[in-house]
Amino acid sequence: MNIIEAKNLVHEYIREDEEGNVEERLVALDHMDLHVKPGQFISVLGHNGSGKSTFAKHLNALLEPTSGSLWVNGMDVTKEENILPVRQSAGMVFQNPDNQIIASVVQEDVGFGPENIGVPTEEIWQRVEKSLKSVGMWEYREHSPNKLSGGQKQRVAIAGVMAMEPKCIVLDEPTAMLDPDGRKEVLAAVHQLNKEKGVTIILITHYMDEVVDSDYVYVMDQGKVVMDGTPRDIFSRVEELKEHRLDVPQITLLAYELKNAGLDLPDGVLTREELVSELCRLRDSNPNGSEVKDNKE
Amino acid sequence: MLRDITIGQYYPADSIIHKLDPRVKLFGTVIFIISLFVFDGLPGFLLITAFMAFFIRLSKVPFSFMVRGLKAVVMLVLIASVFNLFLSPGEELVSFWKLTITDTGLKNAIFMTIRMVYLILGTSVMTLTTTPNELTDGLEKALGPLTKIHVPVHEIAMMMSIALRFVPILIEETDKIMKAQMARGADFESGNLLKKAKNMVPLLVPLFVSAFRRANDLALAMEARCYNGGEGRTKMKPLVYAKRDGVAYVVLMGYLVLLVAVNSLL
Repeated sequence: MNIIEAKNLVHEYIREDEEGNVEERLVALDHMDLHVKPGQFISVLGHNGSGKSTFAKHLNALLEPTSGSLWVNGMDVTKEENILPVRQSAGMVFQNPDNQIIASVVQEDVGFGPENIGVPTEEIWQRVEKSLKSVGMWEYREHSPNKLSGGQKQRVAIAGVMAMEPKCIVLDEPTAMLDPDGRKEVLAAVHQLNKEKGVTIILITHYMDEVVDSDYVYVMDQGKVVMDGTPRDIFSRVEELKEHRLDVPQITLLAYELKNAGLDLPDGVLTREELVSELCRLRDSNPNGSEVKDNKE
Repeated sequence: MLRDITIGQYYPADSIIHKLDPRVKLFGTVIFIISLFVFDGLPGFLLITAFMAFFIRLSKVPFSFMVRGLKAVVMLVLIASVFNLFLSPGEELVSFWKLTITDTGLKNAIFMTIRMVYLILGTSVMTLTTTPNELTDGLEKALGPLTKIHVPVHEIAMMMSIALRFVPILIEETDKIMKAQMARGADFESGNLLKKAKNMVPLLVPLFVSAFRRANDLALAMEARCYNGGEGRTKMKPLVYAKRDGVAYVVLMGYLVLLVAVNSLL
């Protein structure tokens, strides 16, 4: 069974004038299809305004679809009585770390979600301990969130979601406001949760580098899923990505340009190590380096 | 100047007052405030002073730290007592130029000063020994019965704790906006009071806009974490009375009885 199943999902933002007449219709999601299997690490890519954040908000029942259907963990999100269970099974982490931490002590913030769903006091403390440890923030439990770095705040936010024991976590551009160190630290925490706890991850982002390690990638543009496949698949289609105003990771781009220049490299090189080993292979199989150079010219 | 205000600050220490249930401290503060306004004459004054000194000692908060909190209100106290001194009717004591000091005026001025100073000191015993979270929790629990007459107690307590959480963030933001506007030539320092107030507009408008945006984001984040009002919520740190809280209640009641006795007998 799929944990997330979107069929023909449509969402329109409608702007009305004072009399209630429709002034403008903006189609944010345009007949979108997408499914996620439990335990997967999924990335959704898209430039600004591609509808990816709108989609994320649907997964948490914060927005209601205009038409089409969306099932989360076997529950129809359009049904009123499903809203709270859906929010509990699909936790959400937002972009701005400051605006999603509610309490003024780290551990109390993590306890906020369990408090809301009526978990008994003793179990709240167990869950808080477990989820803070799973993101490596246990030592900071008594701290004020104002004194933490951006990456640490985002990890606290992830712990806050984990304490509700969700089946999947939706991260809506969680690293957009962080420095490179903070980004690394948040992504490492997310990957660890995916591997060790088996939580399904849906990472919404426009940073290509963050997508490389995911199981499956969806690319969105103008409210539609325009490409999907494994990261290797997606990144071998450099030209197509450029049409959707997206860049490929620098390493992939370098490999792509080298290949265009005549080197015998495979498509969709994702990491630096991969490129290095491929280049070494070329060098070894072709000891006369100047020949390659000739080809290039 | 902002640093001088000790009201609303927390002073961490390991004392019996710190450990008391916030409801007891709230109740005690209310009793203390009432007693400030009903006492009359020297015996009452001595009793209140002894009571306050006793609790300040118990709280282990340095007295000098508390007095710092008074600095912010010195002007207010001064103005209030000067008005009382010169503008009360009664028998004339001294008179010069157009001003007269009467006996009731003198008495009122002295008592007014004492009341206000004690009010600040007494309430700061509570705020210095209770974290903002404990305070809102205590308030929520103590006022709980009011929900029956449709007072949104939980919501008020939630708003208070969120406001406290965002104070440092908004101060930081004010600082940032101020610097950004100064870089564009805004002037926050020169001019008279009216001009200064006018110059605050380019500071306040962006601050409000950003505060609203934050509020919107936060509401979304709270909803995403299943926040659904106070109903069906459990507590991570439920308030439970300990033995010392009972003792504190007895002490407070004893104080109240003593005060009434002193007032009516003497």
